Amino acid sequence: MQNILSVRHLTKKFDNFMAVDNISFDVETGSIFAFLGPNGAGKSTTIKMLTTVLKPTSGEIRINGFDALREQDKARSSFGIVFQDQSLDDELTAYENMVYHSVVYKVPKKEREERIQKALEIVGLWNRRGNLVKKYSGGMKRRLEIARALVHYPKILFLDEPTVGLDPQTRNSIWNHIKRLNKERGMTIFLTTHYMDEAEEMADKIAVIDHGKIIESGTLEEIKKNTSTESLEQAFLKLTGKGIRDENTEGEHKMKFMRGIGRGRRS
Amino acid sequence: MIEVIYILWLRQLKHYWRSKARLLGSLGQPILFMVAFGFGFGPMYTRASGGENYMDFLAPGIVSMAILFTAVFSGIEVIWDRQFGFLKETFVAPISRKEIMIGKALGGATIAMIQGLIVLGMTYILNFRIQSAGNLLLGLLFMFLIALFFTGMGLTIASMMDDMQGFQLIMNFLIMPIFFLSGALFPLENLPPSIYFISRINPLTYGVDGLRGALSGMSTFGIYNDLAVIVALSFLICTAGTILFSRVEA
Repeated sequence: MQNILSVRHLTKKFDNFMAVDNISFDVETGSIFAFLGPNGAGKSTTIKMLTTVLKPTSGEIRINGFDALREQDKARSSFGIVFQDQSLDDELTAYENMVYHSVVYKVPKKEREERIQKALEIVGLWNRRGNLVKKYSGGMKRRLEIARALVHYPKILFLDEPTVGLDPQTRNSIWNHIKRLNKERGMTIFLTTHYMDEAEEMADKIAVIDHGKIIESGTLEEIKKNTSTESLEQAFLKLTGKGIRDENTEGEHKMKFMRGIGRGRRS
Repeated sequence: MIEVIYILWLRQLKHYWRSKARLLGSLGQPILFMVAFGFGFGPMYTRASGGENYMDFLAPGIVSMAILFTAVFSGIEVIWDRQFGFLKETFVAPISRKEIMIGKALGGATIAMIQGLIVLGMTYILNFRIQSAGNLLLGLLFMFLIALFFTGMGLTIASMMDDMQGFQLIMNFLIMPIFFLSGALFPLENLPPSIYFISRINPLTYGVDGLRGALSGMSTFGIYNDLAVIVALSFLICTAGTILFSRVEA
């Protein structure tokens, strides 16, 4: 099996804080890879680096064979991403958001309409395509973001906590769509989530990150065996401890990071 | 490349068109200034200048004002895109920062230009007349350049700002002085040396002077000098904006 994503010695340092500390891993083409960790462990920072939004301090990332640091645009064309926070234009309609996306991703003009229609149908929003996004519910926005990420036929789809804050019905439907995309199109899925049952059900391979380091990885069975536990939830708690994480750690260095942006320099 | 710029441009125009409150709201200030100053200072100006019509002096200034505020605001608006997450969508796309900058600058400039045209249309009601179609054409060129420069400035400022908190600061300590010391409302003659100096390094001074030269035939520096200055400055600010923009991480 080929690796669609391969990461070597990836490191990100914010001032004095090691957000991601020399991690390496591979994701097989066509697999579903779950990237787990408590709040502030370095998940989002890693995803930001993988998706070229944030520059690593050091390390190497290859997506679909392209160096994500040197062949940025080719790497960018190869993946789709659903960010943790919303990234839609509220003042445009769902359809207009889709058109915007297909233009900036250079989807051939002839195929645009058809691809947009198909993507919107997959998530069941085709009939609501003319509505302004601000009229959408949280779940519909999420589904629209997933549809949008599919328009340029990405080889790998990054999902950063795609089901956070959604009701069980919507979560279920979103995961069904994602599974279908994985099965039918062979699309690789890279996801993060705090719902261990979701990861358990979806993932072929799992990696657990804490304090910026990958502390365990493998299939579900391997992880359960290595930690001698019965479920992923137990394994996760055993690996990362039961102490409640300071939610602010992530927020804090996120703020530092934002301030860094403000001054127009890399933090 | 053209299509990417077009879609960025189109998005801004749609935002502008859909927010009627903003469209109307930003016309309020120029109208107020036009009426208050036009009627308030008109007679004084006529007496002091020996019979000239203040409206001929004021109208190009008010048009510049409408463009200045709309343009800067359109540029700074990119901060909202960042706060609402949409900037990420644009930044992870396989397009260059230069394309993003050009698309946004042209979008903002177009909006500011439309706003300027509306105000120019209203000066007609207050008896402001342009001599010829050629003058109007030259005037439109100046309006566009003023719009482009200040949208570029707004974008450049936005690339250095975290959030809208600093907006008032920029407004009161940068944009308002630029407006008041540009010669839009009163002639920049017989001023104290420090104020005189500031007015001469103020980009809008050359925009207003050029626009007034084109529309009313009154110019201090000469239209072509104004044109050269504002073209050069627009180019510089857009380059600076692109460089700063390319360092922004969503």
